[in-house]
Amino acid sequence: MPAETMIAPGFADPVFQSQAAFRALLAALSEPGTLQSVAAEIAPPEGLATATATALLTLADYETPVWLPEALRSGPAGAWLRFHCAAALVGTPAEAAFAVIDGLADEPKLSTFNLGTDQFPDRSTTVIVQVPGLEGGPALTLAGPGILGSCNIAPQGLRPGFTDELRENGALYPLGVDVLLAHGESLIGLPRSTQVEEAR
Amino acid sequence: MTIHQMPADDTKPAYNYAYLDEQTKRMIRRALLKAVAVPGYQVPFGSREMPLARGWGTGGIQITAAIIGPADTLKVIDQGADDTTNAVSIRKFFERTADARTCEATDEATIIQTRHRIPEAPLKPGQVMVYQVPMPEPLRRLEPREAETRKMHAWAEYGLMQVKLYEDIARYGEITKTYDYPVKVNGRYVMAPSPIPKFDNPKMHMSPSLQLFGAGREKRIYALPPYTSVRSLDFEDHPFRIQSWKQPCGLCGAADSYLDEVVIDDQGGRMFVCSDSHYCETRRAEGHRGAMLGDAAASGLVEETTP
Repeated sequence: MPAETMIAPGFADPVFQSQAAFRALLAALSEPGTLQSVAAEIAPPEGLATATATALLTLADYETPVWLPEALRSGPAGAWLRFHCAAALVGTPAEAAFAVIDGLADEPKLSTFNLGTDQFPDRSTTVIVQVPGLEGGPALTLAGPGILGSCNIAPQGLRPGFTDELRENGALYPLGVDVLLAHGESLIGLPRSTQVEEAR
Repeated sequence: MTIHQMPADDTKPAYNYAYLDEQTKRMIRRALLKAVAVPGYQVPFGSREMPLARGWGTGGIQITAAIIGPADTLKVIDQGADDTTNAVSIRKFFERTADARTCEATDEATIIQTRHRIPEAPLKPGQVMVYQVPMPEPLRRLEPREAETRKMHAWAEYGLMQVKLYEDIARYGEITKTYDYPVKVNGRYVMAPSPIPKFDNPKMHMSPSLQLFGAGREKRIYALPPYTSVRSLDFEDHPFRIQSWKQPCGLCGAADSYLDEVVIDDQGGRMFVCSDSHYCETRRAEGHRGAMLGDAAASGLVEETTP
């Protein structure tokens, strides 16, 4: 079998690697704006950052439909997710429990994912946004639960208007998607409860 | 069972680290992430049968099992005490199933599982509180139907709760709820803080630690991220007040802690002692002496420590 069609391995030690990765995810979403590192030593498939792949290995399974961009879905990343997580890969953003999008891609907008319902806001999609860097970009100011006062983040490579999308998402509270910005082994959580503004 | 099928004495039991299987942990972890994203909202989850009866903390145990790892130090308290049956059993459960490091010192713990108290010592960033919750729905006694309470939360329709509190004032002159006192979280959801005394409610507000709530029988998980607003419901002319006592702790002399009333004889004698056993011991070790410490030490109830 040629090497490029082989499915890369997942966790070497699923119990403890997923536990450590989950604590990083929990910290990311409970303390928005803090840079969290998933130190799991895995070789992610092409198109997924280490943090993205680790988060999906930790959280996704046969109960959670996953949305990937078309190119990733039909490539090694799709095969890797099907094999390791047994997750269904769906083509409609609104059906997904988890989604991976590229920070610079125009589509899909955050509002096309599942926003939850007023009686079950927990059913919304968790969107992992892959960006080329989590520091050194234009500054955003965050406030809300998990943040003492306010804090700043500066992710790179977010599409124009993404801050407005985050603001509109936050205005739907308690509905809305929860966003994780991912690059390399690092993550920043932006749950729907966080208010995002461009820093002045 | 024939002899060769008998497990050897030193065989480890054949269950996963921290008892739960990985698929269950994933399900609980997903619920926890949604719970911290919507503070105070009760996320339904597939509560599992645990090797102890529902009502003994299975919700809290399942949360702890889903988050605990080799780097953690676990403290378990029951009504503030480290040495009561429920606390000892749960601590042993995690020592056995997760090789957990356990402790009694509040400041050494990374995970504190609790039944009905928040420790007196201030919590720190990075610590996780796990509450065992018998009844997660604050509106249940006012509206028995789940379909209705779910709509009330969806539409933030909390008038019924205010009416209940008002009726207390109209009848008794004050709000009579002394534990499980309802709170409003992040200005949106009314939440049951679990049956902690209302004395502990102010500690939840803007707490630096993450607080997770598990109700095993009722199959609900909810959460408070650090630095989240938690307001006890009240009225402008009847503001929220916590309990106070006329005397300090009989053993350590603390005037700022939650006190349990203990009947000590059949002549009507009683004493007030800290419900947080570790706090009381720490203070005694520091040399604080309550009025009844000598009597209690003489009858062997506590060890008198010399600083």
